[in-house]
Amino acid sequence: MTDLRDLYQELIVDHYRRPHNFGPLEDANRHAEGFNPLCGDHLTLSLRVVDGVIEDASFEGSGCAISTASASLMTDALKGKTQAEAEALFAVFHALVTGGDDARPLAPIGKLEVLAGVREFPTRVKCATLAWHTLLAALHGESQPVSTE
Amino acid sequence: MNAPVNERNAHHGASPSALEVARWRQDFPILSQIVHGKPLVYLDNAATTQKPSSVIECEARYYRELNANVHRGVHSLSQRATEAFEAARDTVRRFINAARREEIVFVRGTTEAINLVAASFGQRLRPGDEILITEMEHHSDIVPWQLLCERSGAVLRVAPIDDAGELRLEEFARLLGPATRLVALTHLSNALGTLNPVRQLVELAHAAGAVVLVDGAQAAAHLPVDVQVLGCDFYAFSGHKLYGPTGIGVLYGKAALLESMPPYQGGGDMIRQVTFAKTTYNDLPYKFEAGTPNIAGVIGLGAAIDYVNTIGLPAIAAHEQALLAYATEQAAQVPGLRLIGTARDKASILSFMLEGVHPHDVGTVLDLEGVAVRAGHHCAMPVMAHFGVPATARASFALYNTFEEVDVLMRAIRKAREVFG
Repeated sequence: MTDLRDLYQELIVDHYRRPHNFGPLEDANRHAEGFNPLCGDHLTLSLRVVDGVIEDASFEGSGCAISTASASLMTDALKGKTQAEAEALFAVFHALVTGGDDARPLAPIGKLEVLAGVREFPTRVKCATLAWHTLLAALHGESQPVSTE
Repeated sequence: MNAPVNERNAHHGASPSALEVARWRQDFPILSQIVHGKPLVYLDNAATTQKPSSVIECEARYYRELNANVHRGVHSLSQRATEAFEAARDTVRRFINAARREEIVFVRGTTEAINLVAASFGQRLRPGDEILITEMEHHSDIVPWQLLCERSGAVLRVAPIDDAGELRLEEFARLLGPATRLVALTHLSNALGTLNPVRQLVELAHAAGAVVLVDGAQAAAHLPVDVQVLGCDFYAFSGHKLYGPTGIGVLYGKAALLESMPPYQGGGDMIRQVTFAKTTYNDLPYKFEAGTPNIAGVIGLGAAIDYVNTIGLPAIAAHEQALLAYATEQAAQVPGLRLIGTARDKASILSFMLEGVHPHDVGTVLDLEGVAVRAGHHCAMPVMAHFGVPATARASFALYNTFEEVDVLMRAIRKAREVFG
């Protein structure tokens, strides 16, 4: 049985209360919007990509603890990664939060692992992946807001 | 309990004893479940209610013993199915005190009932006509009218609510005028719990010459509904929020009005005679019941109403009012809890925000305690916009809920506060 603390680990609550990389980003050259119509969560992701490398990332918006912590940890993790590395990270993260009980990350993803508890809560997977789908949209230059529906 | 609650109880009937409620609970097999290792506390009744054994058995019995198409067969099964189907129509007629059985149209649910009126009655609307709704409507009572406005050139007007979640009557009256052709409003708000003074609003609308549709999706399970006393022209509700099956609902319409309206869908029972030159339509209510209906659903809805009648809506209402009053009082003791919807006249619904905790997270923490609530915008995004919140957590009560369950809810809410504290 899943305990409350398995899902809402200290790190998640900390990132919810004090999200990293929160606010507008100077000199950003990639933007995308994400929206979860089920709960009304929305975020705008901004990236500064130079020569295929994500030099900086930030987000704005409002959401639940899971979506906010996910965006906060994701933007931390993105800095310095190439676009290809970012997309690979998406795949690993996606497998982490949607996999079965014995799913293990395909590669180490550091602090992002605290979100693994989400896989016990299928209704909350969309919260955890909202920022990540928005990331793909930003990297691919999609202008339509991303919806989790 | 405080004075207003006692007044309400006096109005609705005596509150049932804990023993009686315990007996009612036994009628609902699903309630004895364990969720995340905790006894299920089901407080998502505004989304859908659980079903008593009598309804479940009734549907099963239909398929086991009675299954045949209605209004067509000359054989015995079809005859019996038709009798059961039409008996349920009589049950519905008595339940809402419609003047005639022809005024009871079976549809899939509240949403389809509203869409039927928008599609059929809506054909008489012209550019410049106005449709008046309220700011507390849920999407099903907004979007069909927006679509109708796009088709017809009519204009949608919205009567605002105040910060308690009550309709602003003077604004409502001011928005009514000679161009108002139709008024659509909820009886009981699903996001706020507000009870509208429907009879008074109908009088105002009729004085302006408008036809009134009441969305009774939430109300039908919580208070006695008498369409003749309310005076409304249409009343829509769903079976599944009334301890009945999903996929079945009712549109009540005044006979003269339904007579004057064109059919909604073509085919099946709505037809009297078809040639390629011309089709004549069946009498009410069949004119609006195209295709093979949800026969098991109709019969199951009849069983659900029988069940509710056995307990009595006055007793149900008194019990739920007592629960709501207790929950409201307890909620006031929880630091950081803000109620959304504090109308003087409320029923069944406790919608709230917990400072520092997103409603979605509240919903998950509560789920881990076995408590089922709704977290979201409740398909009433304009209501959320009014209160400046993306969503709320909503506990909604039914006849089988107990004061102990309210205590479990409050403990779980406090736990959410601790986690995010």
